[in-house]
Amino acid sequence: MDTKAYIASGILELYVAGQLSEKENLEVAEYAETYPEIKKEISEIEAAVLALSEAAAPNKPLSFEAVKNRVELSEDTKLIPLNRGRNRWLPYVGWAASAALLAGLGYFYNQNNQLRSDIKLAETEIQALEEQIAGASDSLEKTTALLQTLRDKNVTVIPLGGQVAAPEAYAKAYWNETEKQLFIDAQGLPEPPDGMDYQVWSLTLNPLTPTSVGLLENFQTDENGVFALSNPNQSQAFGITLEPAGGSESPNLEQLYVLGTVSS
Amino acid sequence: MQLEELVERFKQKDLRAFEQLYAMYARNICGAINTIVRDEVLAEEICQDVFVKVWEKSDAYNSSKGRFFTWVLNIARNAAIDELRSKSHKNQKLNLSADYFVGILERADDEPNGNVNTDRIIGFIKNLKQKCIELIDLIYFKGYSQKEVSESLDIPLGTVKTRNRNCISQLREHMKQN
Repeated sequence: MDTKAYIASGILELYVAGQLSEKENLEVAEYAETYPEIKKEISEIEAAVLALSEAAAPNKPLSFEAVKNRVELSEDTKLIPLNRGRNRWLPYVGWAASAALLAGLGYFYNQNNQLRSDIKLAETEIQALEEQIAGASDSLEKTTALLQTLRDKNVTVIPLGGQVAAPEAYAKAYWNETEKQLFIDAQGLPEPPDGMDYQVWSLTLNPLTPTSVGLLENFQTDENGVFALSNPNQSQAFGITLEPAGGSESPNLEQLYVLGTVSS
Repeated sequence: MQLEELVERFKQKDLRAFEQLYAMYARNICGAINTIVRDEVLAEEICQDVFVKVWEKSDAYNSSKGRFFTWVLNIARNAAIDELRSKSHKNQKLNLSADYFVGILERADDEPNGNVNTDRIIGFIKNLKQKCIELIDLIYFKGYSQKEVSESLDIPLGTVKTRNRNCISQLREHMKQN
């Protein structure tokens, strides 16, 4: 290759100016590696341009520090973006946590009050239930006692059938002759009108003699409709009549509701 | 250390190699920028930006881009011209050919900075023909293509290459003599 002609063409000046294509650049670089005179020529051209450009430089020395700092900063940013991000968000996370804690405390305070109120309510309910249980067991006790009484072997059961005044009515008499006790189960009797009471009579049949055993008092409020009376008579039959409140000396037979004889 | 070795290490993100390259070329690059923006403070700012960019783009450099200095000079030129276009310089039409770096050198001559080298260069340039000064300015500092130079200076396209060669040769002659 004619290196002198190549140099004289002016292509190396354009190479230093950056006027060549990438392909031409690679070509020149290759020649520079192969031919030392081309490499030397390039260096001298560059030196001339460097001298020119340096003459136009600002009149103060340039420090690499500023560039270095910026370069390192950008490297840091690239290398540890996670860390920086985390630091930047840390205070916000802190505030968010505080807010969450406050909200949580408020929530738990409300919850606590609600729970206290619930406990009071539950306690009231428990008391009411305990009262009910006590009442029930009391009632059960009474009922059991009553049942026990009625089941006594000395008790005679006398069904009392409905009469003309109240054909649908019925009642049962449990009479313990030994204990002189008489229980009237009045479940099948209608409620007495105001100002009237049912009166229980012990009867002997020949001749028919009624003896008052007592009134079925507080008929509406009695809880199980079984009334305990005392009957010392040698009864042959029992009857129940509707009488003015407080009872009568002798029964009003027109108002005889139920009647039954003691089977011997 | 050879330039090739420095450039290779710079491409591998060796900050110390980069610092040496900066020491070798920073003043030249800042000067080249200054011939375009004609503002020393601005030129320094752009110059810093350019070297940061050069570091970031170090992977992109290879011999197909030409000389390392040429590659950096190209980046610097583009940065300076972009700066001129983006700033209030809009009003002053980008008429780069109207002024020549000689103006900057002459002003530097008025305020001698004791840099013997610079003073010598100014002497060389003053000895160059006006046509040469214009040509070198356009090709090396303004990045004009041969066609653009031909149109701008009204000389035949085929002669741009050899005229440039002659001008650079004259400059080198002056430098040798002194």
